[in-house]
Amino acid sequence: MLTYLIQRFGQALVTVAAMATLVFVGVYAIADPIDMLAAPDATPDERAAIGAQLGLDRSLPVQFGTFAWRALHGDLGRSFVYNEPALSVILQRLPATLELALTALVLAVAVGLPLGLWAGLKPSSGSGRTIMTGSILAFSLPNFWQGLMLVLVFAVTLGWFPAGGRGETVNVLGIETGLLTLDGLRHLVLPAVNLALFKLAVVIRLARAGTREAMLQDYVRFARAKGLSPARIVGVHVLKNILLPVVTVIGLELGSMIAFAVVTETVFAWPGIGKLLIDSINRLDRPVIVAYLMLTVCLFVAINLIVDLIYAALDPRVRLSEAA
Amino acid sequence: MIETRRRPCRTLSRAVLCGWALASAGGPLGAAARDLRIGLAAEATSIDPHFHNLGPNNALRRHIFEGLVTTDPAMTVLPALALAWTADDAHTWTFRLRPNVTFSDGTPFTANDVIYTFCRIPLVENSPSSFATFVRPFESVTAPDPLTVVIRTAEPLPLLPTNITALGMLSAKASGAPGPVTFAKGGCAGMGTPPKSTDFGNPKIAVGTGPYALKEYVRGTQVVLARNPTYWGAAPAFDTVTMKPIVSTGPRVAALLAGDADLIENPAIQDLPRIEAAGFTVAKGLSNRIIYIHLDQFDGPGWKTPTIRGTDKAAPPDKNPLLDRRVREALSKAIDRKAVVERVMGGVAQGAGELLPFPLAGTTKDFPVVAYDPKAAKDLLAQAGYPNGFEITLGTPNDRYINDEKIAQAVAQMWSRIGVKTSLDAATASTFFTRRNTFSFSAYLAGWGADSGEMSNSLNSLLLCFDPESGRGFTNRGRYCNREVDRLTIEAMRTFDENERSALLRRASALAMADYPLIPLHFEVTPWATVKGLRYTPRIDQYTLAMDVAVVK
Repeated sequence: MLTYLIQRFGQALVTVAAMATLVFVGVYAIADPIDMLAAPDATPDERAAIGAQLGLDRSLPVQFGTFAWRALHGDLGRSFVYNEPALSVILQRLPATLELALTALVLAVAVGLPLGLWAGLKPSSGSGRTIMTGSILAFSLPNFWQGLMLVLVFAVTLGWFPAGGRGETVNVLGIETGLLTLDGLRHLVLPAVNLALFKLAVVIRLARAGTREAMLQDYVRFARAKGLSPARIVGVHVLKNILLPVVTVIGLELGSMIAFAVVTETVFAWPGIGKLLIDSINRLDRPVIVAYLMLTVCLFVAINLIVDLIYAALDPRVRLSEAA
Repeated sequence: MIETRRRPCRTLSRAVLCGWALASAGGPLGAAARDLRIGLAAEATSIDPHFHNLGPNNALRRHIFEGLVTTDPAMTVLPALALAWTADDAHTWTFRLRPNVTFSDGTPFTANDVIYTFCRIPLVENSPSSFATFVRPFESVTAPDPLTVVIRTAEPLPLLPTNITALGMLSAKASGAPGPVTFAKGGCAGMGTPPKSTDFGNPKIAVGTGPYALKEYVRGTQVVLARNPTYWGAAPAFDTVTMKPIVSTGPRVAALLAGDADLIENPAIQDLPRIEAAGFTVAKGLSNRIIYIHLDQFDGPGWKTPTIRGTDKAAPPDKNPLLDRRVREALSKAIDRKAVVERVMGGVAQGAGELLPFPLAGTTKDFPVVAYDPKAAKDLLAQAGYPNGFEITLGTPNDRYINDEKIAQAVAQMWSRIGVKTSLDAATASTFFTRRNTFSFSAYLAGWGADSGEMSNSLNSLLLCFDPESGRGFTNRGRYCNREVDRLTIEAMRTFDENERSALLRRASALAMADYPLIPLHFEVTPWATVKGLRYTPRIDQYTLAMDVAVVK
């Protein structure tokens, strides 16, 4: 177990280092940040002064060397645009995205799993077919279009929910959250639904396929022959077996929901990290872009690790070892 | 209009309440709270008024930190914290300050705050675009009495009052200066520890004399301003102003339609009919931003213009055709500006003849706009030795100006029609401007907004000879150069008499435009949309200010 963790940690380090190098050099190659930062009528002297202040006047190897050395000491540089540590700029925005992604995840699982189970148990019934058709719609329609339609119907036409933004927040243990205020929840509904729809469809389909397969397995027949109630068969035996693929997919999707909720955040003007990334790319705010992607890599590595641990908990046959 | 604007006096019971409030309040500002919610297209990068010289920052700044001098929506220079100013001689400006002005924390505004502000501006750390350039020419700043400030400059600076409209005044006390501050070039005395840019998120430090005071700032989410009860001028119309950045156009319009915002800036032109049809009010105003095409006219040794081909069979083969005035005239005449304005811009733009629209200083009334004449254009090309035209690539950003790439597409088609085969090279702003600044285009489309609202700014940036030493002509990346235009403009920038200065600028502009130094296309018209009951006065500088929102019946 310990060797396994150390190995995973080593892998993560290599990935992070490679990522940082690629992104740093890549962003350096795109264009000169001074062109975006300086006022259009800045004189050459002023531009040179900005370059010197931000360390952009030095050669790429020197800039990268400074960056790497500081990064090793936990300093990912200061944002060019905000003059604040890049990491803290990102962390300020992280709660908004986490709130959105976790709500979407809970929605997807809480709604998708029962629907998928039902569709798997009654594949040829009317309700089963309706669920499946709905799921096709949910994952084949483009995410941004779904978002726009949600805004159009529920915000503009019906006026039930606000069209965008994050509502009132309260400070809980140093973290700003909108989950505890009515206004915050109202603002959360549409973006969370938008972000959840695709995952919801995936969960439904996985659960349905798993259920149909499991229902034909010997252990289900045996359980039935033993006289167990249908509720116990489905709720314990079938459910536990169909959860493995669902957990894998959800784990990966959670990562992508946190790191790349860009579309939803843009459509709903949600002040999360996805939107920060896009803004930073447009302004060539390199420290923020690099820090963001490094954080994303760490996030994915961590989620994968947690998924593996959950595997082991769900399925006693899975062993965590170096060979895994 | 007494009750909140969001809940107008519609129902009977409300109408009764409204009537009662009207009777008891007896004025336009009633008892009920009135809030304004604004959806912005871009967020200010800091509350610090001296951190980043950028449109959104400067617009936000005007709510909280006033300058000595300000500009109205038409960019006329007006007194603000200074009542009057005079040029005593070519090197000295005296500003008489407005008496009885207090900061939002109650302390009085005096000359010491002015000196503190001028001293603090160059000290801002890591400013991505500094205001220091405005105070660098100051040799000395003194205060003979608490309501007088005397500024001495090394060079004559007739435009100093216009320049300092960009500088918001800080409170020396709230910023931590222990006592009187003395100005000295290269380091003032008595500054204490000036606050860092990030400290201005704190309403206790972000203290100004403006009509609104900072209440709350959450980056990326919102800025909340509250009415400054001690404001010296007319009482602000709103109790609170909430500004939310909604960067994408679609969601911004949706926020207005859904009732989440009372005012939005820059709705997409194609959405305007829909917004009006839904019962909202659209305000449109001419801006100081010209959209133009610059043409490479550099003639230095060893320089080959980068994106022109097919000139090998021309009369003087392999020469840059754009060096010939007739070719530039032909390219200008080939463009149907009316069609561009009507079809590409949806009528929301105005054809341009010179670099700034009338009546800004230094402009000429009814300056002729080059007329569409493809036949004359073809003849001019033939005369210049290009009867079969040539090939050119037109560079353009695709996310910087209103419909920028579409305009460039239209121009490319029009040029192709007179035989100049044009291909497009469209790129996102972050890469476009770096390539533009390294002279990678023979022709490029760009825009220029003259922050000072007068012609010397436009000429100085776009048409004076490109000279990195002096900084003149720095955005003149077509490197047009006419010494007479330079001479007239530089003389104008040293002339104190306003009429004389404007006359010199008019002459310089007319002289330059007769050369077809670049191709002016149109002036952008900026749209704002508001809910019924509010009216926005369009600003030439494109700022969105709560002070320019009027409550109407």
